[in-house]
Amino acid sequence: MSKVRVLVGTRKGAFVLTSDGKRKDWEVSGPHFSGWEIYHLKGSPADPNRLYASQSSAWFGQIIQRSSDGGKTWETPGGGMTTTPEGMPQGESNKFVYDVSPETGKPLTTHQWYDGTQHAWEFKRVWHLEPSIKDPDTVYAGVEDAALFRSTDGGHSWQELSGLRGHGSGPKWQPGAGGMCLHTILLDPRNSERIYCAISAAGAFRSDDGGKTWSAKNRGLRSQSIPDPSAEVGHCVHHIALHPSRPHVLFMQKHWDVMRSDDAGDSWREVSGNLPTDFGFVIDVHAHEPETIYVIPIKSDSEHFVHEGKLRVYRSRSGGNEWEALTKGLPQENCYVNVLRDAMAVDALDECGIYFGTSGGQVYCSADAGDSWAPIVRDLPAVLSVEVQTLP
Amino acid sequence: MIRVVLPPHLRTLSRVEGEVSLEVTGPVTQRSILDALEAGYPMLCGTIRDHVTKQRRPFLRFFACEEDLSHDPPDQPLPSAVASGAEPFLIIGAIAGG
Repeated sequence: MSKVRVLVGTRKGAFVLTSDGKRKDWEVSGPHFSGWEIYHLKGSPADPNRLYASQSSAWFGQIIQRSSDGGKTWETPGGGMTTTPEGMPQGESNKFVYDVSPETGKPLTTHQWYDGTQHAWEFKRVWHLEPSIKDPDTVYAGVEDAALFRSTDGGHSWQELSGLRGHGSGPKWQPGAGGMCLHTILLDPRNSERIYCAISAAGAFRSDDGGKTWSAKNRGLRSQSIPDPSAEVGHCVHHIALHPSRPHVLFMQKHWDVMRSDDAGDSWREVSGNLPTDFGFVIDVHAHEPETIYVIPIKSDSEHFVHEGKLRVYRSRSGGNEWEALTKGLPQENCYVNVLRDAMAVDALDECGIYFGTSGGQVYCSADAGDSWAPIVRDLPAVLSVEVQTLP
Repeated sequence: MIRVVLPPHLRTLSRVEGEVSLEVTGPVTQRSILDALEAGYPMLCGTIRDHVTKQRRPFLRFFACEEDLSHDPPDQPLPSAVASGAEPFLIIGAIAGG
């Protein structure tokens, strides 16, 4: 029987939740890296036992952890007792240095700061790790201040794909309330050269040459809170999702509005429809129904909790515009949690499972595509990310 | 041998218990201690000082002999009691965050 492994990043460590295909009885492992913020952890599609985790702390900075046995044991790649041929230590798995070389890095050193002045790029943390579809040793990292890095040696060393930061609009990017982060990385399963990413508060970007060159993909987005609501960049994109069978169709939860693109991001249209609010973070697509999508509306950007004290997942079976509230098993009174942008995932079992984690430390699972819900755990630290692996 | 006390999270990360003992060649300074520490425990690179600039991370402090040495130049010789191993070099996480 198939199994699922749910990878949960929290403010105070990582947890691994496993169950069989029924998804009723769960084994909870953790906390791993207790006391550290785990912004994200994700498994390799090419080797499900290969996991990567972003471990960070305001005190000690960024650490990359790697597991080769499905999360039972972890190592810091490049952090072992090894030395270079020159005899220097190799503690470089956590080394993210912006590319300023004349050959590949643009002489781009600043972006827009909160006060409108230009500000130097400063590495703060890894928000998102996206393992390659085909190679367990290749993994992409989206970081704050916004940039995209890639490792091709299992996380030992990282190189910036500086064409993104240097494509031209970089000096106009500015941080959102959560910082200037590259939080979404989508690899096209049908075109290995195509990569999407999203940055708060800059927008969506696409590369069609494996990350060398990039273009902004924000036509159709409207953000009333910026001077030019239809500007090329400056939009606070919260998350983007796609279905692997139709990678040119993208669904976006923006700071305001849910959006859809049917042309790989070349243009967007709003599909918020009858949602009760226009704010939210997560968005995801059913594993077997490319037109079935899920969001969790949040009341507003100034309150950051669910609407009316009710935790409701909204599902559209028409690719947007028409939404139904899914409430069975979810608290419908006195609930004031948030669900952050990387904290929803779907499994690939025949009956698609949907998962999300809250700022209150609950991780919910629906084993019937959202019709009913049950908590897997109730009292974890605040959840930052949820990913799921479907295992044989 | 130089004695170094790491904060708990870095002891976990480097898989050590108690103090770390280091051989340091030449003058015993903040820089030479941290160079030796990172050579023996490469996973600590970047966690105490920046990879490139070698600046101390803002929320960490260096104490020894009941003194805060955090703002001393990195190449300034440390007290002889640290160099002799009579006193440890303390790497402290700032009390912050509630």
